[in-house]
Amino acid sequence: MSPLQRRNRSLITRLVAGTVLMFGFGFLLVPLYDVFCRVTGLNGKVLNNGPVAQVVDINHERRVRVQLLGVNNEAMPWRFQPDQSEISVFPGEMKQAAFIAFNPTRHYMVAQAVPSVAPSEAAAHLHKVNCFCFEQQPLMAGEQRAMPLVFMVDNELPQHISTITLSYTLFDITPESRPVLTLQQHPQGDSYE
Amino acid sequence: MGSLEQTVSSTDHHGPAKGITRWLYTTNHKDIGTLYLLFSLNMFFIGGCMALTIRAELFQPGLQLIMPEFFNQMTTMHGLIMVFGAVMPAFVGLANWMIPMMVGAPDMALPRMNNWSFWILPFAFSMMLSTLLMEGGAPNFGWTFYAPLSTTYAPPSVTFFIFAVHMMGISSIMGAINVIATILNMRAPGMKLMDMPLFVWTWLITAFLLIAVMPVLAGVVTMMLMDIHFGTSFFDAAGGGDPVLFQHVFWFFGHPEVYIMILPAFGVVSEIIPTFARKRLFGYTSMVYATASIAVLSFIVWAHHMFTVGLPLVGELFFMYTTMLIAVPTGVKVFNWVATMFRGSMTFETPMLFSLAFVVLFTIGGFSGLMLAIAPADFQYHDTYFVVAHFHYVLVPGSVFSIMAAAYYWLPKWTGHMYNEAMGKLHFWLSFIGVNVTFFPMHFLGLAGMPRRIPDYALQFADFNMVATFGAFLFGFSQLIFVYNVISCIRSGKKATARVWEGSHGLEWTLPSPPPYHSFTESPTFTRPHRNDDRGG
Repeated sequence: MSPLQRRNRSLITRLVAGTVLMFGFGFLLVPLYDVFCRVTGLNGKVLNNGPVAQVVDINHERRVRVQLLGVNNEAMPWRFQPDQSEISVFPGEMKQAAFIAFNPTRHYMVAQAVPSVAPSEAAAHLHKVNCFCFEQQPLMAGEQRAMPLVFMVDNELPQHISTITLSYTLFDITPESRPVLTLQQHPQGDSYE
Repeated sequence: MGSLEQTVSSTDHHGPAKGITRWLYTTNHKDIGTLYLLFSLNMFFIGGCMALTIRAELFQPGLQLIMPEFFNQMTTMHGLIMVFGAVMPAFVGLANWMIPMMVGAPDMALPRMNNWSFWILPFAFSMMLSTLLMEGGAPNFGWTFYAPLSTTYAPPSVTFFIFAVHMMGISSIMGAINVIATILNMRAPGMKLMDMPLFVWTWLITAFLLIAVMPVLAGVVTMMLMDIHFGTSFFDAAGGGDPVLFQHVFWFFGHPEVYIMILPAFGVVSEIIPTFARKRLFGYTSMVYATASIAVLSFIVWAHHMFTVGLPLVGELFFMYTTMLIAVPTGVKVFNWVATMFRGSMTFETPMLFSLAFVVLFTIGGFSGLMLAIAPADFQYHDTYFVVAHFHYVLVPGSVFSIMAAAYYWLPKWTGHMYNEAMGKLHFWLSFIGVNVTFFPMHFLGLAGMPRRIPDYALQFADFNMVATFGAFLFGFSQLIFVYNVISCIRSGKKATARVWEGSHGLEWTLPSPPPYHSFTESPTFTRPHRNDDRGG
């Protein structure tokens, strides 16, 4: 090997390694993005899921309005709405609410609700003890169910926030949850045409 | 990698092969450069026909010629073809032709890979264009292919689009590796990095940008592929993914990509202006550093494309200020070009005319870019024709004009004949007028609120749209003059001298015109230009 070939070989090895590394970095951006959003609480994802330590001091000095919203994602045919559109809570107080879901179609369907909090600063202070969004929600044809939500707003909520909007978007995940599926049962099956 | 010496010595005696196999099997940098340039010219016309289809539909309000579905396919394909098929391959073609001759190398460092990186492209673009004939039509989600529009709601042909992007990405990366290896390892003895012509410098930096971001593009289309076919949910909110993530990853690629399309143009113009001003380039060192700082900054400004997705205030401010910072090195470049011309003895041959138009019109595009960088104002400009006007000003009279300038500048060197100067000037003036008539009214349309990517519009936008369509057809058809001029220059014309231009400088002009099939098989001796000689080496 001539010196030129040797130099070419080592340079090219490094450049190819750089290429592979950057391909990996593209995928690394996915978890990095999640970590970044978690640290900064930017995109309104609810972070505090599951049981909270028993909170004794309920702050009766302050009231926070929590607005509940239920939205269907595009072709989702379910009726989906909260049983009350607004709840007034004291910080530290555990509250229960419910979302009513009704499957008007003639077949079994599975849904997944994805929550979002606005303003995003409030996301870190909203604790969901129990939520229907933790799990997939199956409904038989024509079935109606009240889906429970237990939550708490903690006392560290910034003073200037007096209203929090907790919104759920309901996605149809029937195809993903049932491997065998005929096209007719797929509510989006004809939306491509 | 041992192939370089072998290829050179084995074909040295008998020149190029005959017939089609010359082009299929060639490992010669000049042949491959020619192939790239011709391919790019073809794509320029295909993409141009799509642009004229779009403009014809927008000539009047209402739907006259095509259906909205097809209109969306046209905007998407026009963007993809112009970016990946016309502008990028044209610069790679120029790099192939010029870099070995400018640094005094016999060929590119990896000639076989060079052949491969070109011949992937026709297959990639055949596949992409074939989607137009498929059931469900071609991709219709815009060249930025935002998910979930390009995943959940995409036509079935999106899979072919993804593979086409993979292929052109591989081609670009191989081309970039080749350019870096050639520049770093094969310079003539005595040529230091800071002696290199600016076109070589800008391409070196561009090649590093390509290696850094093309894999990210490949990654993002792979994620789309997995979302569509393998049940993952990178961008699907129902499965825990995030559509905004797509935009972040895409623009992490996308913003360096726009500099990939403009940095070599800076290099071309920095070669041409000193030649016709008959002075050395003003501020060579600052040009190199400005190019490098633009490249570095391009990695931290991507979210200025997404001011309206709901970034936090801190994010908006960060991306706004970093974006504005880019105006500083760019301003350095513009002032250096102007200073190069200052008190020069200028003549206005066609390459110089295109370069001057580049400086003026690219600066207009840069200024509208600064307007778009203002986050609060961007909420009004976002997704309007103002954005269309902005990026067409930097891409058409920017990148495309610099490619035209380069073609006229080096055509006598490549072919050994002078092109027809009068026809070249006619081509320039028609293009110059056409470009401005097409794209300047789009600023007004955008500020008045006309959204982009729509086949129909409200009545108050009718007049400016009509003007823009006239301009587009003028610009489009005047490119036929260029084709005629190039063909007749290849076939006949006044013999060109080795130096071609009175003020030309650099190693490529020491070779005869046209250069022999294998040039610089013996390394030339590089002598540093004398400090006081305004003409340079």
